[in-house]
Amino acid sequence: MTALLTPGSTHPHHDHRAFGIRFSRLGQSFGAAEKRRAVLRDVSLEVRPGEILAILGASGCGKSTLLRTAAGLDTPDTGEVLIDGDPVRGIDERCAVAFQEPRLLPWHTLRANVAMGLPRSSSASAGKARVLELLELVGLTAFAKHRPREVSGGMAQRTSLARALARNPGVLLLDEPFGALDALTRIRMQDLLLDVHRVKPTTVLLVTHDVDEALLLADRVLVLGPGEDEHGSTVAELLPVPGTRPRGRTSADLAALRSSLLSMLGVDGH
Amino acid sequence: MSQGSRTAVHARTAASRTGQRGVVEDDATSRYVRESARPDPTGTSAGALTRRPVRLMLGLIVPLLVLGAWQSNAVIGVFSPVQLPPPAAVLAAGAELAARGELWLHIIISTQRVLIGFAIGSVLGLAVGALLGLSRLADALLTPVVGALRAVPSLAWVPLLILWMKIGEDSKVTLILIGAFFPVFTTVFVALRHVDRDLVEAGRAFGLRGMQLLTTVQLPAVVPAIFSGLRLALAQAWLFLVAAELIASSLGLGFLLIDSSNNGRTDRIFLAIILLAVIGKATDALLGLAEQWAVRRWT
Repeated sequence: MTALLTPGSTHPHHDHRAFGIRFSRLGQSFGAAEKRRAVLRDVSLEVRPGEILAILGASGCGKSTLLRTAAGLDTPDTGEVLIDGDPVRGIDERCAVAFQEPRLLPWHTLRANVAMGLPRSSSASAGKARVLELLELVGLTAFAKHRPREVSGGMAQRTSLARALARNPGVLLLDEPFGALDALTRIRMQDLLLDVHRVKPTTVLLVTHDVDEALLLADRVLVLGPGEDEHGSTVAELLPVPGTRPRGRTSADLAALRSSLLSMLGVDGH
Repeated sequence: MSQGSRTAVHARTAASRTGQRGVVEDDATSRYVRESARPDPTGTSAGALTRRPVRLMLGLIVPLLVLGAWQSNAVIGVFSPVQLPPPAAVLAAGAELAARGELWLHIIISTQRVLIGFAIGSVLGLAVGALLGLSRLADALLTPVVGALRAVPSLAWVPLLILWMKIGEDSKVTLILIGAFFPVFTTVFVALRHVDRDLVEAGRAFGLRGMQLLTTVQLPAVVPAIFSGLRLALAQAWLFLVAAELIASSLGLGFLLIDSSNNGRTDRIFLAIILLAVIGKATDALLGLAEQWAVRRWT
């Protein structure tokens, strides 16, 4: 696993991609007629190619919605998302998503589930090699022929991450991917994500509800919060995280930022 | 995306946000198999009642008791031999028909009608169920019509079938086909509506659309439901076979029933009923084996 993670060992024919993303005056509402509720309002921000951006915010503030518009799973009411300068229309093959739940096909082996992420254009032999490489990257070579229900939740989530990476995404969208995992598995997954990003420094949008996770992984932290008139969330703060990765999990430099982020999220006195 | 489905998507993400937080890791994966028809959940308790030979033996007790009571009637004489001929007479009737070569003809032609009608009806049920289960437009256009057709008691079609197709194989197979169609249609239609939306969305997120999404995610997800539909359809097919053969035929187990009734041959009536029970149960057991395999493979 570690041998594969040295940058020189990446295969030349799938050079990594990393695209910039621009959210431009994005607005999104849900519900019909009088029950219609604005979720996002006038969200504008720019994500640099290769950056890891953590998205924080209270429950139901539209973190996932923002991610889903970038993936093309939802179409915004107003504004647009530009990836590498081109607007997102429908499911975008430049992106790959890993959801909070693994969402693997239970009737397929882990290997076949990862293969589902391969771009349509990839040839059978190259695809097969790539799937094996990714399974090794996430440490699941020995479980390639297992079914999702035969492995732990952490392994299923690693498979889900490998499936997303199989796309060779220019933008990796992670929707609270570690949220449902136990504390130890979560730490391993966070380390794995950093390893993967070191080898293939793609752009990552990471939705999380965990301030410490954001501070550990991200280059910048976006905080979504209520707009002026309380109708929908918008960009409340966009803060750089000081220091270079890998950062210590208990770094004192981050204490001030941590407590100010927590107070923005409505948790005081930490 | 339509207004309605957008609401649903939002409601679902909100639910998963609040509801999923405390989930232990293994629960996350088992969510997807939760609703599928898994093998008997008591199978793990390893009680004596779950072992196959024990079950077979226990299953034989009641038929043997019935046989015993039936045989004793010949001695006690509660029912006259015309009403209830003894088992040996039924056996003799069977041997006699077999010797003349008629018995196999009845069995083969009936089985053939059931299998053809069942095959065509199931395939049509699967196709129409998939179409209406997946396409909102087809659903809006056709579901009321199909619902109304299903409400017609199937024997009501008989006069029309005879008028259109005359009394031949076609009209009988068509009636069986109608009987087999609806159980498959209904189960597939309903099951496709309840495929885990998260899985379908994951498929879409990885670029699957249309037929590819259907064959990769939606159809495999409803395999257990398809098989329960098929088993219901097979039972219906045998039911409609007898109806078709009672009404108009010159061969087959249904014909054997009505012909024996006209000639007062109660022994042959019993023979036909027992054959229908045995063959019906045997075909259902075969399908049950296929179902077990499929459920293991696809969940």
